[in-house]
Amino acid sequence: MRFYAFFVLLLCSIPSISQNCDNQLRGRVLDLHDETPLAGATLIISETGKAVQTNLEGEYSFNGLCDAIYSIQVSHPLCLTRGFQIKISGNTERDFRLEHHLEELNQVILEGKAFQNKTESIDEIRISNEELDRYSSGSLGDALNSISGVSSLNTGNTVVKPLINGLHSSRVVIINNGVRMEDQEWGAEHAPNIDINAVGSISLVKGAGALKYSGDAVGGVIITESQKVPLKDTLYGQTRLTAASNGRGTAVTSELTRAYQNGWYTGLQGTVKRFGDYEAPDYILSNTGNFERNFSFRFGLNNVDSGFEAYYSLFKNEIGILRASHLGGAQDQVNAINSDRPLIVRDFTYSIDAPKQDVTHHLARIEGFKKFQGLGKLKLRYDFQRNNRLEFDIRRGDDADKASLDLELDTHSLAIDLESELYPDLNLDAGILGSYQNNFADPNTGVRRLIPDYEKYSLGFYTTASYQLFPDFLVEAGGRYDYTYMDVFKFYRKSFWESKNYDEIYPEIVIEETNNQVLTNPQPEFHNLSATAGFRYEFRGDYSLFFNYSLASRAPNPSELYSEGLHHSASRIELGNLGFKSEVSHKIGATLKRQTSGGFNFSVYPYVNTINDFIIIEPTGVQQTIRGNFQVWEYRQTNAQLLGVDLDANFQVMRNLSFNHQFSLVKGYDRTKDEPLINIPAANTTNGLVYQDADLKNLRLGLQSEYVFAQNEYPDNNFEVFIPETGTSEIVDVSTPPGAYHLLHLNSSIELPLNNSKLSVGFSINNLLDTSYRNYLNRLRYYADDLGRNFLLNLKLNY
Amino acid sequence: MKNLKFIAMFLFLGLVITSCSDDDDNIPEEVNEEEVITTMTVTLTPAGGGDEITLQTRDLDGDGPNAPEVTVSGPLAANATYNGSIVLLNETESPAENITEEVEEEDEEHQFFYTVSNGLNVTVEYANFDDDGNELGTEFTLTTGAASSGNLTFTLRHDLTKPNGGDLSAAGGETDISATFNVSVE
Repeated sequence: MRFYAFFVLLLCSIPSISQNCDNQLRGRVLDLHDETPLAGATLIISETGKAVQTNLEGEYSFNGLCDAIYSIQVSHPLCLTRGFQIKISGNTERDFRLEHHLEELNQVILEGKAFQNKTESIDEIRISNEELDRYSSGSLGDALNSISGVSSLNTGNTVVKPLINGLHSSRVVIINNGVRMEDQEWGAEHAPNIDINAVGSISLVKGAGALKYSGDAVGGVIITESQKVPLKDTLYGQTRLTAASNGRGTAVTSELTRAYQNGWYTGLQGTVKRFGDYEAPDYILSNTGNFERNFSFRFGLNNVDSGFEAYYSLFKNEIGILRASHLGGAQDQVNAINSDRPLIVRDFTYSIDAPKQDVTHHLARIEGFKKFQGLGKLKLRYDFQRNNRLEFDIRRGDDADKASLDLELDTHSLAIDLESELYPDLNLDAGILGSYQNNFADPNTGVRRLIPDYEKYSLGFYTTASYQLFPDFLVEAGGRYDYTYMDVFKFYRKSFWESKNYDEIYPEIVIEETNNQVLTNPQPEFHNLSATAGFRYEFRGDYSLFFNYSLASRAPNPSELYSEGLHHSASRIELGNLGFKSEVSHKIGATLKRQTSGGFNFSVYPYVNTINDFIIIEPTGVQQTIRGNFQVWEYRQTNAQLLGVDLDANFQVMRNLSFNHQFSLVKGYDRTKDEPLINIPAANTTNGLVYQDADLKNLRLGLQSEYVFAQNEYPDNNFEVFIPETGTSEIVDVSTPPGAYHLLHLNSSIELPLNNSKLSVGFSINNLLDTSYRNYLNRLRYYADDLGRNFLLNLKLNY
Repeated sequence: MKNLKFIAMFLFLGLVITSCSDDDDNIPEEVNEEEVITTMTVTLTPAGGGDEITLQTRDLDGDGPNAPEVTVSGPLAANATYNGSIVLLNETESPAENITEEVEEEDEEHQFFYTVSNGLNVTVEYANFDDDGNELGTEFTLTTGAASSGNLTFTLRHDLTKPNGGDLSAAGGETDISATFNVSVE
């Protein structure tokens, strides 16, 4: 859309040469989003006061116009009125596009710059509301997966963690309605606690350039925003129902918004999803169901020059983890990996037993803004989040129904942002952010704490500036400083404390020693600097070139610092390191992009991300316990480098038929040890054909092919284990990635008008050929195949 | 009015900051692993009378870096029959918790397996069974043959397939204990 506006500006800037007042302006008025002609739209030229209406084909014409610039107001009973400026030079043809559906009001305001760019020199990718609809029964991670360069680190198919250009967890920051999500995101098997159906749009910044939000997004920033509410008297809503054959479940979501001309508004939204055991082509994936319940509520006042909004959301999800993935040690691991089928396959059920996760996330936010003449827009925000994470393992005796992990993470934060308007060509933004966090690990679990109790205080401030140097050339720069202080209480096993020589290195942090544990009080402090610089150059009308350098610094997370013990869900012993410092990333990326309406569009994004003191976890040995051997994985800091390219292309083959292509490649290396990094997504390509016919009830048919190559570069982390049955040692292959695979997906939708409302019916088939496959980035790939064929029926009613 | 709202918000800011700075050190309570088995003691009592033999593995730091201490009190006599019994303890708790009782309560979900390496002239028979009549094996009978030496491995599994004929590779389930002793028959 930015390009569109730019194009209009470009047209306006052409000076008029001759004065000829006999020109005709004609064209059509169309629905912005599906190109349906809009009949009965009124067009008024404000300079002459002349008005015409469009016919049934949406066509209009004006005669007797001079070579000049005219302002035209276009209105339609079902659309928001919009103004356009148009340059007449001879007989001119021009189509106007209006937003037709209330649900997409979003987009209208988008053009009015309600959705601001998070960075100017990185090409942001936005997933629109319409696309999000197709993921209604899935998760945020599933939707993000549709972007080139984004893949996911999965635990089964319900725990989907976004991975941006090869990086995930603490390196990917998620901003939900302006609030940085604090939902134990350090864990590889912890999915974002966001309801996809509460999200109006998603923006993705590949890299740390969005300094307003964070300085530590080594991988990238995901920004979700609610639908904007129009400034008019209206009541509207939407209900969506998805039924899926795989998992034999449904997802229902509903939302209702009331808005008033005077700026007051209120909205309510809720989702319930219930799925039973999912199925691979050849067997049931026992204990993989999920039960998700979400609710959100907001109200506010928008007076254009001031306003406020209060928002509350509750996210609750109970997720079963594949039963066959719960193991008692390396010997079990050998059996599980060597078996083609999961070792436990039971009959289909909706019940969710251990191992499982049960997470609850509350988010409350209050935000106000005021515009001051000559200064700019000042925003103040306070938010509170409470994340309660329960993980249940298979346990014995009295503990059988007790959680093995019970963490409660509370976060308060307060932010002040100023978007200045001090200088006309210079956008200068600045802000301060303070937050307090408290993590409490409930000792009643009877399992030693995976993450210790801690309090964390942080304070950050930033400033960013963008300057329009030339009409087609924009430069951007920014800086940010973050201070973090942690006050931690951690019990170490005495044997571990001494084996690491911590008793000699850190004697001052010991508070007391018990029978076999040492209580310590580490108080680490981190000072992090981050910065960004770049430019955007627009040329030949429809091309743009983005270039950006970002420096990001990330403080180690509690897991990297304090892990010490058996991580059940990974069947390995994980050890952190008290002495870690912040990791520092330098990312350089450039985008070359062509965007036209119709024809051939493309974008290519090569990047290099060089990370000093990159924190990785890797195997360092095997530890004997009474349960047999366990592999020991230790965190370590190294120098790493990620290189890659993301490619998108779109070609309008015929009026109703388009072809789209995506390709992503990323390579990651440990430069100190000169070996590949673990868990780097394999190269993949997605190609699709979409037929869309606005004249035929907006029928949409899409066929998509997804090809994932085998990862050919990976570190060798295999280890040996003694098998008593045979009296021999056997190699446990935990390294070799699974082979390449190809999936086909089919989707279709059609829109049926009802009186005063609209019903959309969609039908799709995922994994059309019921292909058995395993993905390198699914943590359960050792034990079971991924999902088989899935029929989905989607009904959406707008009212 | 609007200005008032902003002043109120700034006051709120002050409130949050001061409420964050009260630093009462709440020292968390210690957690000892409840389900850890630190010690397995196998007692072999000669059926015909004589000295008891004990095989023990003890790992007081659980998943910590120290390896289990494995001890065998002495050699087994040739051509003899022993009554065996197994005791499991969690010694991180005080007093030590007897885990054998839990295993015997949930007998249908548990089973011991005895694996004798090639060359060791020993056979082991189950001596106790679960409520369904399938093998449990916290008690057993061990019979020795001619003089020899080799490994004797005890494996405890839960959530396994029963009956399995005492065949570990067919049993599935999850391993609670896997302890190998080097024994000799003299």
